[in-house]
Amino acid sequence: MFDEQIRQLLLTGVWETLKMTVISTLLAYIFGLPIGILLNLTDKNGIKPCLVVNKILGFIVNLLRSVPFLILLVTILPFTRAIVGTTIGSTATIVPLVVAAAPFVGRMVESSLQEVDSGVIEAAQSMGTPVFKIIYKVLLPEAKPSLLVGSAITITTILGYSAMAGFVGGGGLGAIAINYGYYRYQTDIMLVTVILLVIIVQVFQETGMRIAKLSDKRQK
Amino acid sequence: MSITGKEIIRVEGLNKTFKTSQGKIVALDDINLSINEGEIFGIIGLSGAGKSTLVRCINLLEKPTEGKVIFDGQNLTDLKSKELLKARQSIGMIFQNFNLLEQRTAIKNICYPMEIAGFSKKDTLKRAEELLELVGLSDRAKSYPSQLSGGQKQRVAIARALATNPKVLLCDEATSALDPNTTQSILSLLKEINRTLKVTVIIITHEMSVIEKVCNRVAVIDNSKIVEIGDVKKIFTNPESEIAKQLILPKWESRVKLVSDRSLRLIFDGNSSFEPIISNMALKFGVSVNILFADTRNIDGKAFGQMLIQLPEDENAVSRIKAYLDSRNIAYKEESLDV
Repeated sequence: MFDEQIRQLLLTGVWETLKMTVISTLLAYIFGLPIGILLNLTDKNGIKPCLVVNKILGFIVNLLRSVPFLILLVTILPFTRAIVGTTIGSTATIVPLVVAAAPFVGRMVESSLQEVDSGVIEAAQSMGTPVFKIIYKVLLPEAKPSLLVGSAITITTILGYSAMAGFVGGGGLGAIAINYGYYRYQTDIMLVTVILLVIIVQVFQETGMRIAKLSDKRQK
Repeated sequence: MSITGKEIIRVEGLNKTFKTSQGKIVALDDINLSINEGEIFGIIGLSGAGKSTLVRCINLLEKPTEGKVIFDGQNLTDLKSKELLKARQSIGMIFQNFNLLEQRTAIKNICYPMEIAGFSKKDTLKRAEELLELVGLSDRAKSYPSQLSGGQKQRVAIARALATNPKVLLCDEATSALDPNTTQSILSLLKEINRTLKVTVIIITHEMSVIEKVCNRVAVIDNSKIVEIGDVKKIFTNPESEIAKQLILPKWESRVKLVSDRSLRLIFDGNSSFEPIISNMALKFGVSVNILFADTRNIDGKAFGQMLIQLPEDENAVSRIKAYLDSRNIAYKEESLDV
């Protein structure tokens, strides 16, 4: 239905969207996972309660999460330029995506870790487990299914954000939808990009949930 | 059993208070305990009495507010956190809710403490297999906790707790989530472990039947304090504290209301032959007695227990009954029933 040029455009859009989403999610976890673990440990019911750290970190997380993504993206433009040398295109979009998603991931991880039965942690402590080993031998493996569900939610959220970034020069399907569909009234192209986004979200969400379910040893 | 008389755990002047928004709550108040190597020691109390806090103070999962916990000659409250983690490897613990790692198989659960203690991979697996056999679950090595029954989970938990060759096994309401038959088999297993591995076992429970089945000595805890401590036999036959009486004779009060008369409590302490006392009384002296309460048990192969009988009005008959009981070596105590 579209000519070769448009088809190529859409294909590039899909590729850019996937690239942005996956890389941003990975980076968001690199920063967000320690944040989540720290939030969980320092909680008043955690294994290393420290209210000062918990409150300060919680405040920063809430602060970043309360800024609407588009505003955050514009606000940190100088920061983005300092890191990747440009503020437009899909690579540049990764920076605000990570900044926005890392605190979100932190909260997701925190809540997943909270689901781990406190009795199991107590048992690990009774066997003389040091804090660091409790994290990687008890908390993370026990919370794995929930962490995977969280990552499926995170990746679809980041995908949504990445589409938004199309408004201010980000790349990917979002930019195509806005440039062709919104500015040039090419409704058919907009529709196709939306359908593609829906399919990508579905695939990510479904796959994530399935892996989570398969990895969970509690219900077999 | 091999009670050496050597002390393995001593608790001295232990206090624990929790700070809450409603102010301070005293959970433990001046607890003093001495537990010998090789014994099975029970701690009984109603829920909220402080027994779970007490057991957590023994391995310092709860930090005592005051007092000392001396384990195998070491004052645990003085240890640095690293040394404490090491010491905990010599104190196994099992729980009411088993607390197994849900994402690990039975055998991997048993491997866990050995991974922490730094055993070699080969030794870990070998010992885990031996332990599974000890608890009778060799065929469930690859099962996840969700695929096991409550009793099987507790067996895995016991195997896990024994993995690092602990000197003491703490059991926190370990049978409270299990049905009576499973409780029996877990208690037998604990007894066997105590006998064969010479592990000192400390059992926390609210059920007198658990104490009666396996313990040598028992401490009764009520309202954050130890109110009675001693041999299980002694406390069973002659409970002194109100709470011990309540735990041993749960239906006492409701029975007592039926009569408002004098009565006699007969105590079978394992010294008397188990002849039909009551029918003999009736036959020999022509006195008829009402049995108000009877509860006799088999402890370590001997008969123990109590019987509460209503005394006749006739003073002569009463003294004849007492003389007869004296001749039969049965202890008794007159109780007034105007409760």
